[in-house]
Parts: sequence; C-alpha cells; structure tokens
Amino acid sequence: MTISEQTKIELRELMSRYPQSRSALLPMLHLVQSVEGYVSQEGIEVCAVEVGLSTAEVSAVASFYTMFKRYPVGKHHIGVCTNSMCALLGGDNIWRTLSKELDAGHDETTADSMFTLERIECQAACTHAPVMTVNWEFMDDMTEQKAAQVVSDLRAGKDLQATRGAKVRTFKDVQRTIAGFDDGLVDEPSIDASMLAGLNEFKNSTKGGK
Amino acid sequence: MTILANSNQPKSNDNDLITAVIDGIAVRVPKGTLAIRAAEMLGIEIPRFCDHPALSPVAACRMCLVEIEGMPKPQPSCAITLTEGMQVKTQNSSQVASSAQEGVMEFLLLNHPLDCPTCDKGGECPLQNQAMSNGRADSRFEGTKRNFQKAININAQVLLDRERCVSCARCTRFADEIAGDPSLELLERGAKQQVGVADDQPFESYYSGNTVQICPVGALTSAAYRFRARPFDLVSSESVCEHCASGCSLRTDSRRGKVLRRLAGDDSEVNEEWNCDKGRFAFRHLMQDRITTPLVREHGELRPASWPEAIRYAAEGLRNQRAAVLAGGRLTLEDAYAYSRFARVALGTNNVDFRNRTASSEEQDFLTNHVAGTGLGVTYQDLEDAQVVVVIGFEPEEESPIIMLRLRKAVRNKTLKVIAIDSANSLGFKKLNADLRLTKPGNESAAISELIKDLQDQNSIILVGERLASSHGAFSATVAVAEKVGARIGWVPRRAGERAAVDAGLLPNLLPAGRKVFEPRDREVVASAWGVSVEHIPTKPGLTQLEIISSAVQGEIDAIVTAGVDINDVANHAAFAAALNKTFVVSLENRASSVIEFADVVLPVGAITERAGTFVDWEGRLRTFDAVMQESLALTDARVLHLIAIELGHTFKDDAKVTSLRSSYSSLGAVSKPGTMNLVAASTTKTGLVLAGWHHLLDNGSLQAGEPHLAATARAVVAKVSSETAQANGLISGNRVIVRSKLGAITLPLEISEVAPETIWLPLNSEGSSVAMQLQIDIGAEVSVSDGGAI
Amino acid sequence: MTTPLVPNLTLHWDDADSHTLTGYQRHGGYSALKKAFTAGADGVIQIVKDSGLRGRGGAGFPTGMKWGFVPQNDGKPHYLVVNADESEPGACKDIPLMIANPHSLVEGVIISSFAIRANHAFIYIRGETPHPIRRVRAAVAAAYQAGLLGKNIQGSGFDLDVVVHSGAGAYICGEETALLDSLEGRRGQPRLKPPFPAVAGLYASPTVINNAETIASVPAIINNGADWYKSYGTEKSPGIKLFAVSGHVKRPGIYEAPLGITMRELITYAGGMKSDLPLKFWIPGGSSVPMLTADHLDIPLTYEDMAAAGTMLGTGTPMVFDTSTSVVKAVIRWIEFYKHESCGKCTPCREGTYWMVDILKRMEKGKAQLSDMDLLVDISAQISGRSFCALGDAAATPFPAALKYFKEEFEEVIKMAGAQA
Ligand SMILES: Cc1cc2nc3c(=O)[nH]c(=O)nc-3n(C[C@H](O)[C@H](O)[C@H](O)COP(=O)(O)O)c2cc1C
Ligand code: SF4
Ligand code: FES
Repeated sequence: MTISEQTKIELRELMSRYPQSRSALLPMLHLVQSVEGYVSQEGIEVCAVEVGLSTAEVSAVASFYTMFKRYPVGKHHIGVCTNSMCALLGGDNIWRTLSKELDAGHDETTADSMFTLERIECQAACTHAPVMTVNWEFMDDMTEQKAAQVVSDLRAGKDLQATRGAKVRTFKDVQRTIAGFDDGLVDEPSIDASMLAGLNEFKNSTKGGK
Repeated sequence: MTILANSNQPKSNDNDLITAVIDGIAVRVPKGTLAIRAAEMLGIEIPRFCDHPALSPVAACRMCLVEIEGMPKPQPSCAITLTEGMQVKTQNSSQVASSAQEGVMEFLLLNHPLDCPTCDKGGECPLQNQAMSNGRADSRFEGTKRNFQKAININAQVLLDRERCVSCARCTRFADEIAGDPSLELLERGAKQQVGVADDQPFESYYSGNTVQICPVGALTSAAYRFRARPFDLVSSESVCEHCASGCSLRTDSRRGKVLRRLAGDDSEVNEEWNCDKGRFAFRHLMQDRITTPLVREHGELRPASWPEAIRYAAEGLRNQRAAVLAGGRLTLEDAYAYSRFARVALGTNNVDFRNRTASSEEQDFLTNHVAGTGLGVTYQDLEDAQVVVVIGFEPEEESPIIMLRLRKAVRNKTLKVIAIDSANSLGFKKLNADLRLTKPGNESAAISELIKDLQDQNSIILVGERLASSHGAFSATVAVAEKVGARIGWVPRRAGERAAVDAGLLPNLLPAGRKVFEPRDREVVASAWGVSVEHIPTKPGLTQLEIISSAVQGEIDAIVTAGVDINDVANHAAFAAALNKTFVVSLENRASSVIEFADVVLPVGAITERAGTFVDWEGRLRTFDAVMQESLALTDARVLHLIAIELGHTFKDDAKVTSLRSSYSSLGAVSKPGTMNLVAASTTKTGLVLAGWHHLLDNGSLQAGEPHLAATARAVVAKVSSETAQANGLISGNRVIVRSKLGAITLPLEISEVAPETIWLPLNSEGSSVAMQLQIDIGAEVSVSDGGAI
Repeated sequence: MTTPLVPNLTLHWDDADSHTLTGYQRHGGYSALKKAFTAGADGVIQIVKDSGLRGRGGAGFPTGMKWGFVPQNDGKPHYLVVNADESEPGACKDIPLMIANPHSLVEGVIISSFAIRANHAFIYIRGETPHPIRRVRAAVAAAYQAGLLGKNIQGSGFDLDVVVHSGAGAYICGEETALLDSLEGRRGQPRLKPPFPAVAGLYASPTVINNAETIASVPAIINNGADWYKSYGTEKSPGIKLFAVSGHVKRPGIYEAPLGITMRELITYAGGMKSDLPLKFWIPGGSSVPMLTADHLDIPLTYEDMAAAGTMLGTGTPMVFDTSTSVVKAVIRWIEFYKHESCGKCTPCREGTYWMVDILKRMEKGKAQLSDMDLLVDISAQISGRSFCALGDAAATPFPAALKYFKEEFEEVIKMAGAQA
C-alpha cells in the first residue's frame, strides 16, 4: 500500500495546526494508522520527510507509544482492561472469554483479520468497570456474556453502539477521528447513570431537581 | 581548604563566584557549575554513566546521586548547579548517597550480561570498575535477563550489543547534539528501551566512532577492533592525526609493533575529545604496502640496495643537475624544513613546491603574505567566539571535520552565524544552518565582495579552503573584504602537512618561517640558522609545480626529488608522468606509490607512527608528537636528506634530528604582520556548464586503503545539478549522467540538488569519480554533459 | 451533619445537549469570560489566587500561584497546556467531564490563557478516548464559530487559538514535562527541571500546564467570586471537586462535593458497599497513592488530612475494594502497569519495575519465598525518591502500602503456594 497524495495533504493540514510542525507527529502517525491499519515503514518515512526528521527519529517516537502498532490491526480492535479495578470486577474473566472465543492472545489478530485483541491498561473508566473497548470506543460495565455478544454482533456485521460514544465503526475509521478529523458523531448520546450518580443523589436529596 | 575553579569552567568574573561545600570542603566556583564538576575539582570522584561534560545533562542513570542539605531526596549531581552555601554530601560522607548509588548499581547489573571476559570493554569499563568498587558481591536477582539478538551493526563499522546497554543515552545525545546526525536513537519504551537505528537505515555519520569511545559499557564496539585485543595488552601513545589539517590529538593503541586501534585524544583547544571516523579507523596504511629496503633502478628494474649504495646512487644522480623538489602536503614540519633546506643548499635551487593539487600564483601570493610563518592565527576558540564565520571554497564537514564540530557547537549555542560561498549545498552546510550563497565556480570573487554588508561591525572570520586556488581573484577579493571590515582570515588546507610546508618554505619564493627568497636580510637569517654561508641560498626565483613539470617535459629539469606525492592527484598527471620519465627521480616514500614506477632511487622512510615530529594544523598550532613505535629503526625524511647532502658535500649546523630541526625552525621566529599581497581582479565569468566538486571525507584517498568497514560508510557517489541545469541539459534525476571533458568522461547517477547555476557537481576522488584521473581537468573547467540512461 | 453534594461542573449533565454551546450557554455559559475581560489578566490571576484553587491533576499545587510564575513582558509567546491525559489507574473524572461538559473546559481555557497572556493553548487528551476528543474538538469549533476563539475575542483585543491534541497511549505523558515533549512530537520522557515550564516549557517558552478539571473550575470561580469558592472545603483545601468513586459500591460514579467530605459519606452517597461485604481497603486518588482501610473512612478528603494519614488526595478518585478482593492481585496489576508505562529513561524505575514484576509473577505462580517480601520492600525503597520523576515513586508505593495492612495475606499466598508445590 502506498500513502496517497490526499493523505499527504492531510498530514500537512495536521502540521499546519501547530506553531511547530513536529508537534503534529502523534496525530500524523494516527492518520497513518487510519490509512494503513498500522504504522507502516512507509508511513514512518513519509512523516519523516514531511516533518524534516530522520526516519530513526520518527521510529523512536512511534515505538514509544502503545497505540502505534507495528503490524496491521484487524478490522476491529478489541481492548479488555485488566488493570486492577477491572480485573477484580470481572475483566480477567472477560479477557479469558474473548481470548478463547477469538482464539487470540494479547496483541494478536484473528486469522480472518477481523479482530485484534489487546489487554489494555486503565481506560479512565473505573466507575464503569469492567471496561472493554471496541476501536477505543467505551463498552462499559461489561460481563462475559455482553462481551461475547459484542464480538458476535461485530462478526455478524450488526450495528453496535458504544455505551459512551459513537456507533461502532472500524479501527481505521476511529483512528481518523483520533488523528483529529471530524466524523459527525459528536452528538451521539453518551451520558449514563454513573456519570449522573452524584447529580441524581443531589436531586433526590434536594427533592426538587432543577 | 578552598579550591578555586580552573579555566575550564564557564567564564566568570569574581562576583559570579559562589561558595559551596562538598564533603565538608569549601569550593569557590562560577555560578552554574554542576556539583559533579565541582567535586571533580576537589578530586572527589562521583560515579556516573550518563554524565558527559560535552553533552547536555539528562540525569537519567541516577548513578551520581548525592545528598544535599535541605532537599528531601538524593539529587543527581550531574544536573544540580551549585548555589551559594549549598552543602553537598557524596558517597564519601553520606549514607543516603552511598546507599542510593549501591541501589542504582544493583539495578544496572540486573539485566547486564555476565560476558565481561569476552567483552571488548572488559578492563576499561566504567560499569565493571564501579561494580567492583560500589557493587554488591552477589546478585539478588533470580529472574531471566532481558534478551536481545546479539550484536547488530548500526553501521558498517560500529556494532551494538543491546544487552549491555545501560540506556545512558550518551551515544544518542552525541549523534544529535555534537555530530548533528540524529539517526541513532532510543527506541521503544521502559524496560524494552534500546538504542537503535531505523529499519534498513544505518547510523550515517562521519563521527560514528566517537559513540564507541563514549559508551560507558561495551554496548558499542568497532567492527575493526572487536575481539582483537584486551586493553591491558595494549601500549597507548599520544599521537596526532595525519589525515587532515584539523590537527586532532589521538591515542594510538598498539601491541607488538602493530597499531590495533586509535581513539580521539583529549585536547580542549583543538578536537575537544572527538575525532572523525577517518582519523579513528583509517590506519592500516601505516602497515600496508610498506617499502622496507632502499631500491635502485638497474637495467630498467628496481632492485633492493643497501643504504650506502642507494644514498650514493641518489647523490650521483642529483650532483650538479638542474633539480627540483616536489614534496607533497603530508610532511611534518621538521621534514618539510629539511626538504626546504636540502633544495636550497644541497641542490642549489628554489624549484620547490608542495602543492600536488590545483594551485595558482595568486594563492602563492596569499600564502606568502598571509599564512607563511604567521604562527598561531585564527583558532578553534576564535571560531566559537565569532559572530559570523564565512566559509569559502571549503566544506567544513568534508574537508576538516573538526572545524565543522566546533562551528556547530557555536551555532547550537546560538552565538554564531555561518555563511557559505560554495557551488553546492551539503549535509554539513545544513547542519550548520548555513546561509548558503550558491556560486558558480569562477564567480566567487563577486560573491565575496558582497560580504561586506554581512560582516560590517561583526566579529567575523573568513575561512578559505584549497579549492579557492581554482578561482581567479577569489583570494584577492577575500583579502580586500577582510581588510575593509576587519575580519580575520583562516586558511584551511585539506592535507595535514600543507600548513607546515608553507611555514617551512616549500614554495619557490619562500624560505622557512615566512622569510622571502628575494629579501637579502631574510636569506642571511636563514643561512645563519642553517649554518651555511648566504651564497648557498639561491636568489634565482624557483619554479612552481606546474612549471617544474612542464620544464622537465621540455628537458629543462634533469632531476626531481619527490616525497609523498601521487601523480593521480593532479589533472596534468600525464605530463607529470612524462616529466618523471624524463628525469632522474629520487623518491622518499614509506609505501608503494604511483611515483615508484618512475623512480631511479627509492628511499624508504618511516611511517608517522615510527618517528617523532610536528604537524601544523590549520590554526598554525604546532602539534608535536613522539614515535608510537619507539623501537622502530625507520629513518625520517630529514635524516635521509641529510645523508644525501653529506654525500653531496654539504653540512649544516645541526644533525637533522627532529628536535634539532624543530629548534632551528623556531629560532627563526614568527612574522609579525601580514605582507602586502598583489590583489588581482577576477577574470570574466565563464559561460557554459562548468565542473564543481570537493573531496568526500571518505573516498579513494590512498591513506584510506585497506579499510573495508570504513569505506562502507562513505557517502553515495552521485553527480549533482540543479533542476534548472538538468532541464536545460536534458538530464533526468535518477538516471545516469555522462560528464565529459576533452580528455575523458565520468558516468554517475544524477541527483537533483541545490547546486549553483550552470554547474555540475562531482565528488573529486570517489569510486567511479576520480576527476583528475578521468577528466584531467580542474574544478571550474568547462564540461559537457548528456543523459546516460536509466540505471 | 453530612457534607452535601454540590453539583457545579456536573449540574446540567442530565441535559441532553449539555455538551453543546447552546446547552452550555443556556445556563450562563461564557458569561465568566466577559467578567474576566473586565477584571483584566492580573485581576483574573488574583481572583484565582484568592479562591485557593489547587491543581486537580494530583499534586494539588495552588493554581493562581503557578500562573504567577509566568514571566511578564518577556517578549516570548506564552502557552497554556491542558493536561487531559488521565491515565492513572483509578482516575476517571476528566474524561467524563470532557464528554458531558466540554465547554466549561473551553471557557476555562480562554480565561486562563487570557490571564497568563497566552495566545495559543493546547488540550492534550489521551489518545485512547475518541469520544471526549470528538466533544472537545466540537466545542472548540463551536467557540471559534461564535467568536469566542480566534482573533479579538468579543472585542477584547485578546487573540487565542486552541488545538485539541491526541496522545497515543503512554501514562507518562500525564507527567507535565513528558507531556510537553510528547506535544512537541517527541518520545514522552520527562525533562530535567529547572528550567520549570513556567519559564521554559513548550517550545522553550513560558508555559502553564494544568489539569482539565482545574481549568474547567475557573469559569465558576470568576462568575461567583473567590469567596463563593472558598466557602466550600477547608482553609487549605478550598472548593469543590469531582470525586469519581469506583469499585465495590452500589452506584459507582461521579460525585461532585466540597473537599473535606469523607469517604464514608461518599460511600453512602454511592449506595453503600456493593454486595454488603465489608470494606477491605480504599485508595483516595489513583494507584499512585498509598491505600487506607476502614479505619480511615472518617478522615476528611483534603490535601492536608490525607497527607497526615500517610497518603495523598491525588486525583480524588477513590477506589473502593471489599473483602472479596485479593490485595495481592491488585498490587501485582498495578506494578505491572508501572512496568509497562515506565518510560525507560531512568535506571531505578526501568529496572526496578522489571524486577518487582519478576518477583510478583513468581509469587503468583507459587514460586516465591517469604524473604521476597523484604526484597520487594527493599526494591521499592531503592526506587522511591531516586527515580527521575514521580512515576517511579508511584511504582514504589503499592507494595509497601499494602504490606502495612495486609502482610499476613501476602505471607499466606506465599505459604499456600509453597504447600501446594
Ligand atoms: C506519571 C504521572 C502521570 C500524571 N498524569 C496526569 C494526568 O493524567 N493528568 C493530570 O492532570 N496530571 C497528571 N500528572 C500530574 C502532572 O504532572 C501535573 O502535576 C498536573 O498536570 C498539573 O496540573 P494541576 O496543577 O492543575 O494539577 C501526572 C504526574 C505523573 C508523575
Ligand atoms: S521514574 Fe524514570 S523511567 Fe520512570 S517514568 Fe519517570 S523518568 Fe521514566
Ligand atoms: S551521571 Fe548523573 S544521573 Fe547519570
């Protein structure tokens, strides 16, 4: 695969957002992932040329960050949080279930390239533990059954909604959002009971509400 | 006890001094001094790995932790600047510090392999040493150590053993900060962090060997030295690099008469502590193709001869002949001095020239009045202190790599601006962030004249290189501008011996120390230093190299003494060969050379490691050295010349020993002020396409012979033109281009680049691009080009 | 008397359009901005100083004082950088805030930039969270459209550009100087201090780095005044804060309350313990701070009281664990996290976490000895206070803290495994 002229224009657009173009490097590598499905050697070289760095300098950056992948990610990236809180609230079981279901270990991609499975670290969603992500969109308050259902729905090509986030698209699609390009999904409902827990308590206690 | 800071510290006046206390000892140091440096002044050695005085502090290894009163945590002394009254306690007086250091040591050894017995660094390894002095006797770690595939090449000559790396980032900081070649990087994160290069892209740097030297463990090793020796078997000698005019001090390590490796020596005034890969790795020439006995030609063949026979043979061939001396630019000051004297007194001629390269009478005039005998002139420190440095006909990285490092240091400190007048852009110019004024060869003097507005009211220096000799009027323009704005001029020749040759008077109009042949007073002074009567110094002006060659071809010269010249270095090498063919040739050499086949007598002299001497670097600084191989019986050029002179019936005041020649030379003193050069106007600019180029640092130079690892790191050999020139001449980027002179052609891949208009740039002596040999022209000459088709 | 909840930032999260400009302005959004322009830059700094607002990123540094460190009239550009990298285990307040109320952050950014004379601000959001990235981007775009960003904002003569930036998965980039390197497109490794960011931060220019919640708290302070803010909390810990209570409670979630509320009160608000099992231990603010037990439930959640109890308020996002929890497992996962996230720059953190995980894994597999506990304590001590940045200190925290209360449990795990073997 090659990085198209259009992508190069977008890379330059990212660079133009910053006072110093090198600052765009992380978003640029996200954009490369949105096109290639991973940070390819070509992607590294293109970024190096655009920003005016050596390939080694860009590799040094790319290899530092967990989100930048060396090998093509499946159509969907599935993350299961197994940090302490999620693990203790069921995350370990979810991990086992999915790993078995997908026949994939950590950072492995299924034979059909549909899924890449990853044990992920705390997602800043402990109030919603155990947490799973599909292409980084939150799938909160998971159970083994719900997790398995998510995977089979994805397999079946069914529409799926993140619990706090947009409807589920592909890994590449979401990488584009993360890189900094709008996807029109900003208004999808995403406030749930946990986020309102305190407000509801307050309203109950003051009895009137607003 | 109060210890005062030495001059190595940041500049300061008295009010900027502060007093701090280290292990109970008060120390007065300039503000901003790091605790670790102040401790060094007191002789307190704080262990460290990442710290390096020339690199920006990172405080990453945490080995140097000390206790500082009032601070809750131990602090890295390599990054703490002392303040008034600060109380520092090192491992010598603080339990906090010593236990912190022990802890860090234990961590460092955790994943370090136990391969000291087979590691090149074993015996001179800071980690090993510190493990012995501050480490635990046993390991509490029972797990598996980090595994990496064994040593990998980061370029052809440097290997990386990642298991041994302690992530001190010295090498990566060197690459980025000092060399400006940021292609060696820390990759990955956390425990997986490792030094590395990008896939398929080696660490491209002329300075890569320095990373081996500053690595505090055995993670970086050199391909050439790997597994060759143990440090304790080596004899180390201080020496000076013979490759270029930078004048690097070196440490040469040898074993049983054989050089095994060379390292950069530490000289804060010159190379600081760096050198280039050529200086470090190209030393096999010292041992290869050596001529071991004198040779004389008999029935057309060279045959071994005894020294007395050969000397006699040489003397007979030279006696009462119209003779000349061509002594190339690689001699020590003492040898050059001996040639200068030998020509005048023993051969009775001023026919002497060291310039086995493009040369001009304007250059000679410049050297005579602005260089010869002027002693220490513009220095490295001056470059660092200047506001503007202009480089003309001189690419610092390719032609004197330590100058590039020093300029870059000042550019990075944001105190210096570099202006370059040259035919093409280069990596070196880019690293210097140079304001490049692309100039077609021949048009330099116009570009130089325009410098006035840049240099007005600036502390400025102009560095001119050997290539300027090919541009008529350029030296004159430089001198005129410099006088107008009060700039100083530094002449940077490419070869290590050229400055000494000028100082020794290896020019037809010059005697040693800037004394002039046509000045009676100068002749007298020199004659008295030599211990000969003044009539022995000929007054008739001599011939330059070009003239010597053409005279010889015409039968007007009978005998030539050569030293360290390669006929293939000059465009008129065919005439040179014919000249040698026609004359009686005495060749003083240590290796087989292109001259040998024409020589009537070959007199072997010692390699640079086998004798003492002095190189004069571009600054005019004397770089004196002793023999590395003390037991060598090899003769110096001066000694051989002395024997011939005696045979010819001449004696001098001294015995031609290195030390005697040195003091004889210095008795002449230095020239106090520059002479007046005869300024010439530039000739009209050439129309049509002309040739430009320079020598790559790593190329086919004969002193780089037999170094495959080094050669593999040479830069790509390509021809370069601007896109306009390509278009105008039907050339296609990536295709081959054929460059033709009347006498030959060169075919190379073409690269579109920043090159002056109507100019094609070629490397002058690289594989497949030997301009003197193949095209037989100088830079500035007209050429024709055509597309040579796809590669 | 129980401490009442005080929804401030969270007050309108139940509006369907709480994240939009309309939704925000419906409740007076962006009115603080006008007041800020009237008060002037120094006036804003003074109000924030007077309010006693302390940084919500974990260290609790007084915000107004931090702003005061920025040199004035130095001719250099100034920058505001919002730290929304929220990656510490247990911390989960900034992400919901940005999802539900991104405009409070944007308004805070404008006011804060105005105060520190920055014409460029960056919001660094952790990369793994597309939804807050969407919402903050949209909020910034809406603000530009409404003339709240860009040139001459509302005729004030003040110009501001805001860039929403995505991280790429590295907890260390929450550390402020590592964040700056990351924002400059480099490996996110922490920088030496000094120079401090206030003097030489982003692009070597004066830079203020504040947590997202800190900045989002500013508009309300400007609107209601320093005295209003100070009327909540304690003298040393004034104001209101988002408490994100997670773990074994019936209703985990966001509870906005004055500082000084107790954990017992928060657990009560959260409906009590999940399965009515007793509490085993809790952590006030992220895995980097030492754990406490049921004995500490009535200590006010303030910076000073938590410090007195031997821990820290940290991010103020308490994790609650009941007696079903294996403290050994919790500790292992945290330390594995620190090993995974150690940036690699300094020896103690890089090698120390490697070693600790090695031992803990052995412990999990039943191959540890009792003496390994001492070794782990020793290793923790060898990291703590000697690493380059606070990540190392954080890594050295969980084991000794857990050992303080649950030594027997570790011993049991080791012995039981030994017996099985
Ligand atoms: C390893 C590490 C991670 C951190 N992560 C965050 C973070 O995600 N968000 C944050 O606001 N502060 C984080 N901090 C604290 C920041 O360094 C800094 O103190 C804070 O952003 C300052 O903002 P404040 O004064 O508003 O709290 C972290 C610190 C460390 C050492
Ligand atoms: S403590 Fe050291 S290795 Fe760990 S994150 Fe900080 S600098 Fe990096
Ligand atoms: S020498 Fe000071 S931290 Fe490495």
